[in-house]
Amino acid sequence: MDGTKNVAATKAKTTLDTVPAVGFEYAPAPESRAVVDIAPSYGLFIGGEFVEGGEGSTRFDSLNPATEEVLSSVTAAGVGDIERAVTAARTAYDTVWSKLSGSDRGKYLFRIARIMQERAREFAVLETLDNGKPIKESRDFDVPTAAAHFFYYAGWADKLEYAGLGSSPRPRGVVGQVIPWNFPLLMLSWKIAPALAAGNTVVLKPAETTPLTALLFAEVCRQADLPPGVVNIVTGDGETGRLLVEHPGVNKVAFTGSTEVGKAIARSVAGSGKGLTLELGGKAANIVYDDAPIDEAIEGIVNGIFFNQGHVCCAGSRLLVQESIADDVVARLQRRIGTLRLGDPMDKNTDVGAINSAAQLERITELTAAGEAEGATRWTAACDLPGRGYWFAPTIFTNVSQAHRIAQQEVFGPVLAVLTFRTPAEAVAKANNTPYGLSAGIWSDKGSRVLWTADRLRAGVVWANTFNKFDPASPFGGYKESGYGREGGRHGLVPYLMSGASA
Amino acid sequence: MTRLEVRKTYKLYVGGKFPRSESGRSYQVSDAKGGFLANVAQGSRKDARDAVQAARAAFSGWSGATAYNRGQVLYRVAEVMEGRRSQFVDEVAALEGLSKAAAASVVDLAIDRWVWYAGWSDKIGHLAGGANPVAGPYFNLSVPEPTGVVAVLAPQESSLLGLVSVLAPIIVTGNTVVLISSQDRPLPAVTLAECLATSDVPGGVVNVITGRTAEIAEHLAAHADVNGLDLAGAAPDQLVPLQVLAADTLKRVLAPQPGTPTADWTQTPGLERMLPFLETKTVWHPKGT
Repeated sequence: MDGTKNVAATKAKTTLDTVPAVGFEYAPAPESRAVVDIAPSYGLFIGGEFVEGGEGSTRFDSLNPATEEVLSSVTAAGVGDIERAVTAARTAYDTVWSKLSGSDRGKYLFRIARIMQERAREFAVLETLDNGKPIKESRDFDVPTAAAHFFYYAGWADKLEYAGLGSSPRPRGVVGQVIPWNFPLLMLSWKIAPALAAGNTVVLKPAETTPLTALLFAEVCRQADLPPGVVNIVTGDGETGRLLVEHPGVNKVAFTGSTEVGKAIARSVAGSGKGLTLELGGKAANIVYDDAPIDEAIEGIVNGIFFNQGHVCCAGSRLLVQESIADDVVARLQRRIGTLRLGDPMDKNTDVGAINSAAQLERITELTAAGEAEGATRWTAACDLPGRGYWFAPTIFTNVSQAHRIAQQEVFGPVLAVLTFRTPAEAVAKANNTPYGLSAGIWSDKGSRVLWTADRLRAGVVWANTFNKFDPASPFGGYKESGYGREGGRHGLVPYLMSGASA
Repeated sequence: MTRLEVRKTYKLYVGGKFPRSESGRSYQVSDAKGGFLANVAQGSRKDARDAVQAARAAFSGWSGATAYNRGQVLYRVAEVMEGRRSQFVDEVAALEGLSKAAAASVVDLAIDRWVWYAGWSDKIGHLAGGANPVAGPYFNLSVPEPTGVVAVLAPQESSLLGLVSVLAPIIVTGNTVVLISSQDRPLPAVTLAECLATSDVPGGVVNVITGRTAEIAEHLAAHADVNGLDLAGAAPDQLVPLQVLAADTLKRVLAPQPGTPTADWTQTPGLERMLPFLETKTVWHPKGT
């Protein structure tokens, strides 16, 4: 083992020394925004129509976080609008959707998947404009994976008796869903696809800062001739979301977002009989053992924390690196991060886009300031930040202790906290020392050590020698205060069904 | 000449030991006709905290035991209960007001329930987990894992069968338990604890607190080191407040659904009491040369 390790270390060192510093410029490669047609204002999608908000509704703007340009004026649904949306979903459930055969429901979902694929570039551009994420991510990850979720769950619609709930599982009825701003369209697909496949109808509230792809999805539902009311999209802020999840006509609630809001929802639905799925925050440990495949590990660490500007609940925000290789790993990381290109999200070469909102930028700034104040050592990549928009340069903290806020609290930004360990047992203890338990990473070339570690990590998703991999067939969700229930796979279908026996 | 019987002292069961309540309190338990049966330890919040600590300490060993081992230990519980059958029959008959014959059939069901759940230890993984066919060169496997420390409010009416029906499904999958017995019918819970103590169930895996359910339940529902809550024995007016407390730490809660009939513990169970206290862990690894 020692011999192998030395060879690997020597080889890796050679690689590091021979890689030239990046000294060349990239020409701009902007994606065209001509493919999208953003209306100056949007109503709510209720009962198959776009309608104006009623009494109690207000309006707000959705911005491009990379430029602070106003993209469109959007409706914040009020109490009457939620009533209308839930009623539309109930009517659609009672009169159409629950009477349809599973195979017909499935065919609608297949249609939706296909239309999303056909209009993929439009979705990708709109997502990048509204969210600030790099076009290469929205184009190559968000949109194709969203379509894949519809394709996957379409096939479940006529096979529900094989889902593990007995021979006659039933849908729950009307589902209220609230999703976050980090993967707007993808989170929509995680929510809507299994709900519809199981036979429910849906009222979905997209995040306040990223409503536009959900509104474009409404257009997809119309093109697919989905019966009116099966999917309803109500835009708004947290108050709109609260009205939705607390509505007595909602039979099941699914929420992805902060742990704080998740707890409030759990309190509000207590005793109501509503089903609840919560996918909340995380503070994932990414464990790098001294026998790790080092080049792959560096890429995995970078992907783990800088993918989507670190706006990822399962981001590998705590790097736990074995003490003997810590200095080398940090040096390699800094070198690699120095090559990341931050800037215009519409540029196809951009690696790190804009922070989604001024509020999020403020939170990241506040927590990193706390990191410095509490004594951790800050390193920030040297890169020019654009003059307008919300930006935060990739940042690493070393000399981090477990008690530091940057090691305990979710930053939800491009900020990595580095801690060290000496033994596998110490790595596991530190990894589990958090109220969260969403995801974790392990880097080692030793299979038995990987599996030993994976067994002991209290986290719902463990990536070994890889990171941030997602698939419609693979269950995703957390332990402890990262929430409960799973999304993806058969596990993700079950929360939208009840066993026939309990009728 | 009739022999003067040797009576039993009914104590708590915490961390594999049988302490009295640290509070020094006890309360009187009566049979179905109101006659004196025993003074039973009246557990306190501190006893509950100690029990959580014991359950947490026992978790890594019990959840890390092989499923085969856990199955044998649960089967052993049935063996030991069988030897104590007449004592259980006496207690159930007295507390639930049943004839000896009716009580005997309840006890038999309770013993057989351990046998039923024992067999699930190494089979639940087939049903709750499996390989996922992801679109890429990855090994991807989902496995069920125990949630952690689960606080259980045992059913108030069915003092033995109900108790076993809620306890066995939680520990067979590797969770550890702090259980509050039926408040007015606690004796079979203590006797069961004596069986557990001699059945190779490691100390701390099951901890039994007798006493006032409402007093202790509130504390356990709010306890930050408790991961799950089974409200089978909660008073109807406590269901919402306990779930609100549990929400603060996002405990997994198994609660009777509003409007559903009272549980019939004589029915053969399904998976519905095992699955709520299982987490799904999904492990990815690339394939390559």
